[in-house]
Amino acid sequence: MLEIRALRKVYEGHGRQVEALHNITFSVRAGEFVCVVGPSGCGKTTLLRCLGGLLPPTSGEVTVAGAPVAGPPDGLAIVFQEYGRSLFPWLRVAENVALPLKSKGLGKAQRAAIVGESLAAVGLADAAGAYPWQLSGGMQQRVAIARALAFQPRVLLLDEPFAAVDAQTRADLEDLVRSVWQRFGVTLLFVTHDIDESVYLAERVIILSSSPTVVVEDLAIDLPAARDQLTTRADPRFIELRGHVYAQVQKAKRSHE
Amino acid sequence: MTSALRRAAVFFALPITLLAIWWFASAGSTDFLMPPLAKILEVFPETWSRHRLTHDVAPSLIRLAVGFAGALLIGIGAGVVIGSSRVVRLFAEPVLEFLRAIPPPALVPIFILVAGIDNVMKVLVIISGCVWPIVLNTVEGVRGADPVLAETCRSYRIGEMLRLRMFVLRSASPQIVTGARQALSIGIILMVISEMKAASEGLGFTIREFQTGYQFPQMWSGVLLLGLIGVVLSLLFRVAENRVLVWYHGQRAAARVSR
Repeated sequence: MLEIRALRKVYEGHGRQVEALHNITFSVRAGEFVCVVGPSGCGKTTLLRCLGGLLPPTSGEVTVAGAPVAGPPDGLAIVFQEYGRSLFPWLRVAENVALPLKSKGLGKAQRAAIVGESLAAVGLADAAGAYPWQLSGGMQQRVAIARALAFQPRVLLLDEPFAAVDAQTRADLEDLVRSVWQRFGVTLLFVTHDIDESVYLAERVIILSSSPTVVVEDLAIDLPAARDQLTTRADPRFIELRGHVYAQVQKAKRSHE
Repeated sequence: MTSALRRAAVFFALPITLLAIWWFASAGSTDFLMPPLAKILEVFPETWSRHRLTHDVAPSLIRLAVGFAGALLIGIGAGVVIGSSRVVRLFAEPVLEFLRAIPPPALVPIFILVAGIDNVMKVLVIISGCVWPIVLNTVEGVRGADPVLAETCRSYRIGEMLRLRMFVLRSASPQIVTGARQALSIGIILMVISEMKAASEGLGFTIREFQTGYQFPQMWSGVLLLGLIGVVLSLLFRVAENRVLVWYHGQRAAARVSR
């Protein structure tokens, strides 16, 4: 569903070249839940922006469902880290979710039905009439997720979506993303710097090195599909896997120092 | 005291005090140019009769409304175009600075030449003054749009028209409103000035008629009326602003609370 081949991205400016991504190759099968982790500053966001068609790569290729990405591709939605700035403050919650549907040309009744369904899926059916700034951070990020779901994408990219919410809200949102993934059967790529989060959420974890970035390891997470904040995190296999990812990230950091 | 009453009391406190000072300071004034306030208020109702309101005041206000609306349309349109493109901005900047520096009253003779002495000329004068604060503030507003929201529009592939309506204009609306507020006060000034040369009716014309006819209490009553119009228009403006910027004031209040 998502193919990344020899992706390289160099930022140029002020006579200086910064190679954010050196050579990234991996793929994500349809319906898979993949997390990308790496040390901070390793170009995770750059990678995601290249996948989302928001940033042209220097070389290499990205395809979504077989089609090369040259701009924001069909059937792909992004949930940004800055929830407070990705929702339109002048639109109410339901209008925020409906806007991309309006642009798609869907009729009013159809829009209302999808919006209602998506808001219900994230547990915010009651907040349809509120403005985003009347909601807590966690609720705002739920709205952003509902908007992405309403768009009915085949691929959903999330860029450190829970980096700015408190720990308890974060646990709730992690479970929400898992349940939404299972329910909607969407292909999901989740970028995070949090190792525990990546192991808890994903079926596969892609570990990146620090800049200039390459893929260090592509690790299958063989935990049961039904996950629970208490039992999964206490599972010896979970602890083993997170220890392994932790060691890899540490090694990746050191190798460039 | 209810809060509405208290607000009304605060609103009127200073104007009433100033009027009282004016009243007593001017009482018994024998200066021909500075008649007592009592005299001015006495002639007010007869001066601003129904006939004058429909034949002089209404045309002035209609010209102001048309000019202000025209300036909004042109100003926001130009501001969006200039603000959206760096290249256009670089080319437009020197011209904007030049045009903005010309005082609109200086254009009156030119407008008389090209547009005659009737309504068109006066509306053009009003537009030529009102348009600048709107253009400049719109440019700033459009430039200041949040890049994350811009990327959100891109990644959801929001269509051009919807993007303009739901993103560009809305996110610039606080600055547009600021520009419009400045434009409104400039518009009132130009409404009067455009009628002081080459006019046969209007509020400015009437005040000038009183002045040249040595009817000073009537002239002063016209100035009072202008002030009152200014107050009413700014109240109307605030009502409109509160409707357009509900989200902006709400968001700012929410940010203050959480800090």
